[in-house]
Amino acid sequence: MSEPAIVVRRLSKRFGETEVLHEIDLEVAQGQATCVIGPSGSGKSTLLRCLAFLEEANAGTIEVHGEPLGFTEDAAGRRARLPPQRIRAVRKQIGMVFQQFNLWPHMTALGNVSEALKTVRRLPRAEAEARAMAQLRKIGLENRAGHYPAQLSGGQQQRVAIARALALEPKIMLFDEATASLDPELTGEVLNVMRALAADGMTMVIVTHEIGFAASIGRKIAFLDKGRVLLAGAPQDVFRKPRHPRIDQFLDTYLDRGAAMLI
Amino acid sequence: MELGARVRFDYALVASKLPEIFHALGITLYTWILGLVGACALGFLVAVARRYGPRPLDLALGGYVELFRGTPFLIQLFLLYFGGPYAGLSLDAIPAGLLGLSVYGAAYFSEIFRGGFEAVPRGHVEAGECVGLSRAQIIGRILLPEMTMLVLPASVNMAIILMKETAVLSVVTVPELTLTISAIGTEFYAFVECLFLLALFYWGLTEICSWLGRIGEARLARFRFAAA
Repeated sequence: MSEPAIVVRRLSKRFGETEVLHEIDLEVAQGQATCVIGPSGSGKSTLLRCLAFLEEANAGTIEVHGEPLGFTEDAAGRRARLPPQRIRAVRKQIGMVFQQFNLWPHMTALGNVSEALKTVRRLPRAEAEARAMAQLRKIGLENRAGHYPAQLSGGQQQRVAIARALALEPKIMLFDEATASLDPELTGEVLNVMRALAADGMTMVIVTHEIGFAASIGRKIAFLDKGRVLLAGAPQDVFRKPRHPRIDQFLDTYLDRGAAMLI
Repeated sequence: MELGARVRFDYALVASKLPEIFHALGITLYTWILGLVGACALGFLVAVARRYGPRPLDLALGGYVELFRGTPFLIQLFLLYFGGPYAGLSLDAIPAGLLGLSVYGAAYFSEIFRGGFEAVPRGHVEAGECVGLSRAQIIGRILLPEMTMLVLPASVNMAIILMKETAVLSVVTVPELTLTISAIGTEFYAFVECLFLLALFYWGLTEICSWLGRIGEARLARFRFAAA
């Protein structure tokens, strides 16, 4: 087995007095989807935001393909912040998809997808737009290239947001409840794009409430509860009966979210 | 002469003053637009510095905003023009007026822009960070354009206020509309008519400004945030 894409060690994060993550250990395998599930407030999104370096952890380390992200820690636990260019180099490998899509409203779909190719990668405009167009074609939205986000449905916006992240050819894609703010009939198109990515062998970390989806796409499931990894493993192990009582309790509340098949 | 006797407003005499009036209109437009550009640019820099700069700078600039919003423009301009030379700053009337308008307007614009920055959803900035945009690129490519649509109505309002504040420049002898037309009024003993004419000029400019603002808003409407 190849080395893991992401290794999280003893990662802790506090917001003021509240400890949101407590000594999280997690390995994300290359070329597979790892799903993070758990009740609201369990720290799933914070963990993902730490992986995207949108939040800075207070203790512990994250390694992406062997490179430390943001901080290094010596044996005595002393933390050192890495210089910005090293942080940027690691972040470059990571794409992020948000619950609220976060498309830029003043740019068209094509503009959103090509923006970083133009300004960060410094590709000539024509080449950046050709690449962006290719991404839009992949998600079936090339005929919406000239539309502004406000003119797109939620599902289309989220697909554009996925294309925006993919355009930079990241090695790892992070999904933060990518379907949670969509109407049920729009979640399908987004989940399909994610399934196709998983089938392509993209390394993915997916925070989701879609338990059925997590069980079907995830090669590994991590169940978070109160800032700790309660259980992590293959779906058949995590969901096998007899289950951890906390997971049973959690699944009961998600019966109507596609988890019925597991019970 | 009977008390309250009417002095006939002599249009022919005013017509003879038309070149002077148009020149004055030009000065009003010139000071307004340059002052507005200066106030916008300076206000933007102040807002950016307060958002991203060190805390002491934020506090110092906060003090500047409070001071310049808290005192009348008339007094600020007097101090600049008549007090400036004592501090080694001798300016001609028009440069003093432009500087005064810019610094005064920037205090308001910086607050408008600060509110605009805060109204841009945090996630839009985070999305920029995630695709590797630098801070300058995030400010220039995301915050500034998104903020523009949010702050346009308040900015048009401020532009109109600044336009009328150009009348204050008359007290430091800038030959703009107010100074010129009241001088004509004095010359012809036609104070009321001239003040009326003056009001019409400012009102007309205000209407043009708000008309331009409405066009701008309509053009930006298509970018309006989709309800998430």
